[in-house]
Amino acid sequence: MKPALLRRPRRRQVLPGFGLTMGYTVLWLSLIVIIPLSAAFLSAAHLPLSRWLQILMTPRVLASFRLSLSASLIAAGINAVFGLLIAWVLTRYEFPGRKLLDALVDLPFALPTAVAGIALATLYAPGGWLGRLLAPLGVQVAFTPLGITAALAFVGLPFVVRTLQPVLGDLDRDLERAAETLGARPSVVFRRVILPALLPALITGCALAFSRALGEYGSVIFIAGNIPLVSEIVPLVIMTKLEQFQYAEATVVAVAMLLLSFAMMFAVNGAQLALQRRYQSRR
Amino acid sequence: MSRREQSPGSDTLGRALSRNLLIGIALCYLVLFLVLPLLAVFTQALAKGLVAFSTALRDVDALAAMRMTLTVAAISVPLNTLFGTAAAWLVAKYEFRGKGFLLTLIDLPFAVSPVISGLIFVLVFGARGWLGPWLGEHGYKVIFALPGMVLATTFITFPFIARELIPLMQAQGRDDEEAALSLGASGWRTFWMVTLPNVRWGMLYGILLCNARAMGEFGAVSVVSGHIRGETNTLPLHVEILYNEYNFVGAFATASLLALLALLTLGLKSLLERRHPELRGARAEPGKARLAH
Repeated sequence: MKPALLRRPRRRQVLPGFGLTMGYTVLWLSLIVIIPLSAAFLSAAHLPLSRWLQILMTPRVLASFRLSLSASLIAAGINAVFGLLIAWVLTRYEFPGRKLLDALVDLPFALPTAVAGIALATLYAPGGWLGRLLAPLGVQVAFTPLGITAALAFVGLPFVVRTLQPVLGDLDRDLERAAETLGARPSVVFRRVILPALLPALITGCALAFSRALGEYGSVIFIAGNIPLVSEIVPLVIMTKLEQFQYAEATVVAVAMLLLSFAMMFAVNGAQLALQRRYQSRR
Repeated sequence: MSRREQSPGSDTLGRALSRNLLIGIALCYLVLFLVLPLLAVFTQALAKGLVAFSTALRDVDALAAMRMTLTVAAISVPLNTLFGTAAAWLVAKYEFRGKGFLLTLIDLPFAVSPVISGLIFVLVFGARGWLGPWLGEHGYKVIFALPGMVLATTFITFPFIARELIPLMQAQGRDDEEAALSLGASGWRTFWMVTLPNVRWGMLYGILLCNARAMGEFGAVSVVSGHIRGETNTLPLHVEILYNEYNFVGAFATASLLALLALLTLGLKSLLERRHPELRGARAEPGKARLAH
């Protein structure tokens, strides 16, 4: 009896290659993704619960989770506001340089994280272009959680913009005109007509930015200063433990983080489906 | 009455104002947060002049890092192209149970932190890992060597090409292929003559993004590389080493190469998008492929 995934559908396939592509896909997926990932879970599962708690409940690990979660959340919030604004400007307005700006939005996707990291660290360092301007105001960005948030906002921007753009482009503008004709002010049109239609995409984009931010390493470590308890993110804690050959500890922290990421992924898929259904049924 | 007469004029004025204000804010944000870092890379690279810049790039370790980066990308990008094509054919051309689950599994690497992506291969192939002792006995080295770096990079870039090809092939359906088969073409011939020409631009687009990520990957290769200078250093790792040694000209000169690669990728990507607008739609909705089922 073959497992359900591999069972051939009852209707005869006309195109050849089902067995070949299924076999190759499942084999390659197992070798590269599933077996290595389960290595982490199985290694961690060996350890008793008390050891888990002992590793996770240290002030340093707890502080890193708190910092990673809060900085990623704030960065996602910044991206929600400015990502929506940028997506709006790029889809709704025609102005010189629009295409260039549009292409530029993908820069954080294309720029290697280490390059972004040293560039941001240099910009926000006390003597840097931006750090010099912010210092008189008493704001220090480099080597503080603020710097981490700035780096994470950089990394997450394209996720929000690129998720919103197609939805904004498809928006039925007659609805907006109808609302205006009926006397709604622009703020009301935005809140009651535009925002509800954008909400599923906005949530998806923010969740993608958030989950990317949670695991981000390269663009953060240079600007973070990496002070334990203050500016140390979870991926860095894992890295530090690995460098000290504390494999079990690194694995437990990694598995805790993986569980968090996967839970996020499923929650987002569920929320997105529910929102889409609600929006479609209302139409 | 007078209010109503006034409103169209003030309305268009308000609209123009808010339009310009919004464009201004967007422009400021993008310049401040995206253009400035890019500018900083090139300015710092050339801070001590062109000679220092080119000397840094001709350094033996820098050249070794370039070779390593090219080698890793040259292996992992074709591997993922092959996988992406097979997975896209499977998902787009057939109906089977568990398809949604399979798509989620393909997307999984996107949800994994780069550091963890490196860690999992250390757990399998490392000296104290599952296969480590056996590999050691037989003289194979995976971790702190090229195979480990290829594995970690392949994992990180795993979904890129599949994600590009799946929505494209789904949109094209299988009418063309069925027509070719009914005219007597073999399966392979149908693939090479019908399917591949239909999706070649999407494939190129996916390869472009996959390559940019493969060459720029930092966290995952950092875990599996062991940072052996001249041996297992890639360009991003070389940037880190130089930066931590306060060799800023060297670090930024190397970084500027990677920044140029990013700009080249963006340029080619926009060019492809302009010629083939359907590519943009394929990727722009990350949830689409998954939700289509």
